[in-house]
Amino acid sequence: MAERRVIVVGAGPAGVRAAATLVRAGLRPVVVDEGLRDGGQIYRRQPAGFRRGYAALYGSEAPKAEALHRAFDALREHVDYRPETLAWNVVGRSLYVARGARSERLEFDALVACPGAADRVMPVPGWQHAGTYTLGGAQVALKAQACAIGRRIAFVGTGPLLYLCAAQYAAAGAGVAAVLDTSPAALKFGAMPKLLANWRVLVKGVGLTLALARSGATRAAGIVPLEIEGTPERGVTGLRWSDAAGRESRIDCDAVALGWHLRPEQQLADLAKCRFRFDAGTRQWLVETDVDGRTSVPSFYLAGDGTRILGADAAECAGELAALAALADLGVAPDAAQAARTAHLRAELARLGRFADGLAQAFRWPAARAAALPDATVVCRCEGITAGELRATVHDTGAREANRAKAFSRVGMGRCQGRYCGHAAAEIIAAAAGTDLATVGRLRAQAPVKPLPIALASEDSA
Amino acid sequence: MSPRFVRLAETDRPSFTIEVDGRAVPAFEGDTVLTAMLTAGTHVRTSEFGPERRAGFCVMAACQDCWVWTADGSRLRACSTPATPALRISTTDPDATWPNVG
Repeated sequence: MAERRVIVVGAGPAGVRAAATLVRAGLRPVVVDEGLRDGGQIYRRQPAGFRRGYAALYGSEAPKAEALHRAFDALREHVDYRPETLAWNVVGRSLYVARGARSERLEFDALVACPGAADRVMPVPGWQHAGTYTLGGAQVALKAQACAIGRRIAFVGTGPLLYLCAAQYAAAGAGVAAVLDTSPAALKFGAMPKLLANWRVLVKGVGLTLALARSGATRAAGIVPLEIEGTPERGVTGLRWSDAAGRESRIDCDAVALGWHLRPEQQLADLAKCRFRFDAGTRQWLVETDVDGRTSVPSFYLAGDGTRILGADAAECAGELAALAALADLGVAPDAAQAARTAHLRAELARLGRFADGLAQAFRWPAARAAALPDATVVCRCEGITAGELRATVHDTGAREANRAKAFSRVGMGRCQGRYCGHAAAEIIAAAAGTDLATVGRLRAQAPVKPLPIALASEDSA
Repeated sequence: MSPRFVRLAETDRPSFTIEVDGRAVPAFEGDTVLTAMLTAGTHVRTSEFGPERRAGFCVMAACQDCWVWTADGSRLRACSTPATPALRISTTDPDATWPNVG
């Protein structure tokens, strides 16, 4: 057994549970992690020397965060842990990783990818101004650096993170100026039957909104963000929006945090040539997997929010399931206890899946707004390409497929590699071409999945 | 203009300075380069494709908005690089030879 080479990519909830499961089976997996420390984004650990306790950092999720950190601490001598290491390409059964200026090729018999998620973002006119961040970014600044992104902050978008992040800022003493949700309240009531599948989280969410009501921040639902006001020198100076009745409002603010729920990180699965499917409910492409995390590519497994946005609790279940699937495929037959455990984990994932469907319904991606963004709106924040330029590309070249439109317009070709413009750009292309979103397709991942130093020294290990 | 980021806690860590465009900027042990720069200033670089300044966006090493340059001409991502004593940062690309927009 000891010769089986299994790699886990990511050390968030899914990655840690996958690694623990492999270690329990007698393996010594390599754990490749981009972070300085384990925990992933949701349970991100603050740097050494910071003193805030678990309750201050993770609120109601403190026991889970602490349990996951302790679990990984206990694994450290049983895994080959590679922090600050980017998994930047996968070819066949070789994973290419880089730390600093050193690259290495790692061969594997099974790879469990737990890449997590990042904010799903829609452009807002003026979002190129300094002081505009993602909701996740605002949260990282607070959790990992004990900083607020500004003095008067507007939180805009939709999704659980909108309320969680704003409430965490308010509790930490930061200036929360506004919490503006693009999803109308009616959608949340409609989603209630599904949301009851995880009523504990539902109760926490209601608690967050009540806490924000007490904070004195401007709050509204069903809004359309019109403009992040600012100047090139000062950055963000204000925000304008219209409410559900079409009335315009504005506030002064020096920072805006944006996010429309989350988007799976899919680059490695794409490079591994995993099959994708279009998910009409959330209007995005997802990697095809079975219930245990097997992709269409043998030896490549996927777990956690990189598969589908189900949240941290589900990611812990999925990490364990994917590792068990990998072990079974490597010829390690499950014992009776593991078989029972598998049934329990699958049931738990199904329940959390119903809740996630409810969240997607309650906090809907505002596709029509993305399609209707004013021509002058910057869509590609990396290279300053506007919605009007993208529409002109579609009309002038006839490009109605995401990668072809990218080649002509450069939207999606910048330094973020389409992570923050891709979904909105696809909506704009579909509307301009008069076609449906599935026909537009998705931006193909390119290696390296993030920029690497040009002077990269390589060493191969078999 | 006041600095962009506001420190809310954890200010009793040992401190040191880094250099940004020739200016001494205070940093605490455990700060990222982004935190040190934005608790002392408003931006980390100027956009190559527009007139505006940039100050990072995703803060989790995905968007690459916060690239800055070191004194030796190499490039680093401010949000994921710990600040270290004697670090010397430039907010403009020392090798850029084209005129910027705006």
